[in-house]
Amino acid sequence: MPALLELRDVWKSYELGTQRVDALRGVSIDIATGEFVAIMGASGSGKSTFMNIVGCLDQPTRGTYRIDGQEASAMSGDERASLRGDKIGFVFQGFNLLGRSTATENVELPLIYAGVSFRDQRTRARAALAAVGLAGREDHLPGQLSGGQQQRVAIARALVNNPSLLLADEPTGNLDTQMSLEIMAILVNLHTRHGITIVLVTHEPDIAAYAARHITFRDGQVIADDVNPNPRRLAASVAVAQS
Amino acid sequence: MMILWMTLVTALRALRRNKLRSVLTMLGIIIGVAAVITMVSIGRGADAAVQQQIRSLGNNLLMIVPGATTANGVRSGYGGASTLTVGDATALARECSAVENLTYIKRSLVQVIYGNENWSTSAQGVTASFQQVRDWPVKAGRFFDDREEGMAATVAVLGQTVVDHLFVPGEDPIGAAIRVKGVPFEVIGVLTSKGQTSWGQDQDDVIIMPFPTAERRVLGTQILGMVDMIFAATRTVGDISEAESQMRSLLHERHRIQPNVDDDFTVRNLNDIAEASKMASQVMTNLLLSVASISLLVGGIGIMNIMLVSVTERTREIGIRMAVGARTRHILIQFLVEAMVVSAIGGAMGVLLGIVATSLIARLAAWPTLLSPPAIAIAFTFSAGVGVLFGFYPARRASRLDPITALRSE
Repeated sequence: MPALLELRDVWKSYELGTQRVDALRGVSIDIATGEFVAIMGASGSGKSTFMNIVGCLDQPTRGTYRIDGQEASAMSGDERASLRGDKIGFVFQGFNLLGRSTATENVELPLIYAGVSFRDQRTRARAALAAVGLAGREDHLPGQLSGGQQQRVAIARALVNNPSLLLADEPTGNLDTQMSLEIMAILVNLHTRHGITIVLVTHEPDIAAYAARHITFRDGQVIADDVNPNPRRLAASVAVAQS
Repeated sequence: MMILWMTLVTALRALRRNKLRSVLTMLGIIIGVAAVITMVSIGRGADAAVQQQIRSLGNNLLMIVPGATTANGVRSGYGGASTLTVGDATALARECSAVENLTYIKRSLVQVIYGNENWSTSAQGVTASFQQVRDWPVKAGRFFDDREEGMAATVAVLGQTVVDHLFVPGEDPIGAAIRVKGVPFEVIGVLTSKGQTSWGQDQDDVIIMPFPTAERRVLGTQILGMVDMIFAATRTVGDISEAESQMRSLLHERHRIQPNVDDDFTVRNLNDIAEASKMASQVMTNLLLSVASISLLVGGIGIMNIMLVSVTERTREIGIRMAVGARTRHILIQFLVEAMVVSAIGGAMGVLLGIVATSLIARLAAWPTLLSPPAIAIAFTFSAGVGVLFGFYPARRASRLDPITALRSE
């Protein structure tokens, strides 16, 4: 079975004035379907650039990147946009919801661009919201929801199109411990019960502990790629609440 | 199709959020469209009024006046010499098949006296056919007949202006005895009011009498049988040019005018005058229209300005949309539709305002106005077009944002 993500000698360089900055320096990583990977590293280590490339938001300067067998490194902007819509769901640290649209409208957004019919949009969005425990909050604006609830809306949005890959960039960075736990419970459930591939960026060891594989970046290179033999389990109470 | 619908919903939602700003943005378009519609209505109203006035002279009329543009190098305007005679007129009536009816006129400025009142007006000696040729009925009394014309009766038909100046309101002028240049006349009729000609002459400031009476008893000319003007009426407007050429050749013959010599008469066609005035009002309308179009243009620039602001403000939203799969064209269409919705709503409001303004002007300033459905349609379409035109640049800018930068913006 081929890897879901295949990066080969990926470089990313920026011109800053006359200086060249190498954000990624020859990164080669394979991530298989069904893995739960935590990306760690200090800020400036290249993990954000890595996520942008993996998320098809950016292209490598050199090297190749294949997702689900498709070569993404040479794609046009629109091709990458379609690929994002099809295969990738994003969860951001700052939620990135449309502030003046309801929860349902936010979750419908990827479906609009995927060309899903009006009626299906609504049903699928509501189902996705129910799956993250937000039934009854469909018509709330993000401002009327707690941080944890907003992040759940974002997760529903990321999953509504059944992506192959869920990219979570510091998903608990803006949340308190209790809410972080809730969010992680949802992610772990998605992984264990639905087999969704998750790549999660974090600098908190607590959060990384849920993942079975830890990749650590420094100065644009992978310095460690370890298996976590004992991924942290969900606290029983949370697991029950989520099931 | 569905994306278009969704975009429309999104656009309306975005506009509703910023009501005040949306209205201010539309203001330019509203004023522009309203101005175009009002200007065209006023222009068309004025044009229609002028045409109406010219028609009041009769559009199947030809007017022949003596004198020509040159006589042996000495140029004089029309009416500069007496070259038309009653003989010419009767010959024209007899021999030109295209002429249905004809009248000739001798006129002069005279003083009219009634009781203690006096008034200087234009006395016109005409034939009994004058009433039919000019299509000018009496509103009281009657016109004189052939018999009275033949016997040079001292009867007069007054224009409304003369009546207004000589008689007190409510007094019946019919049967009154007036004096024209000292000669006593009996008033037998009052003409309906024709108002001003398009060149500002009061057509009602006139006293009409039989031609022989005017010639022999009032105007006191040395040579009898000279006329100041001939009016020829054709059956239909289509006969005008035929009648004109028949009359020209007959007059050439009678006046023995050699080829290469200028005519000693001028034939004027009232349709030509109508055309000329139409041209003039067309120029005026175009001028007003171009001024109004500039305000549409300014409105468009206003839309572009606000759309650019909106793109900047919503950079993050654009980034989010791109992250979840929006392609370049989705973003482009979204902002383009938004600009179009702004300008189309503005256009619709402008149409309403234009109609209201037009009817207000018609009522308050008493200007003739005429709403033009094509102008309304064009102004509205143009306003939507302005949206596309000026929305395109901001929309393109939005669609070309880098998703990463857009997502990171605050």
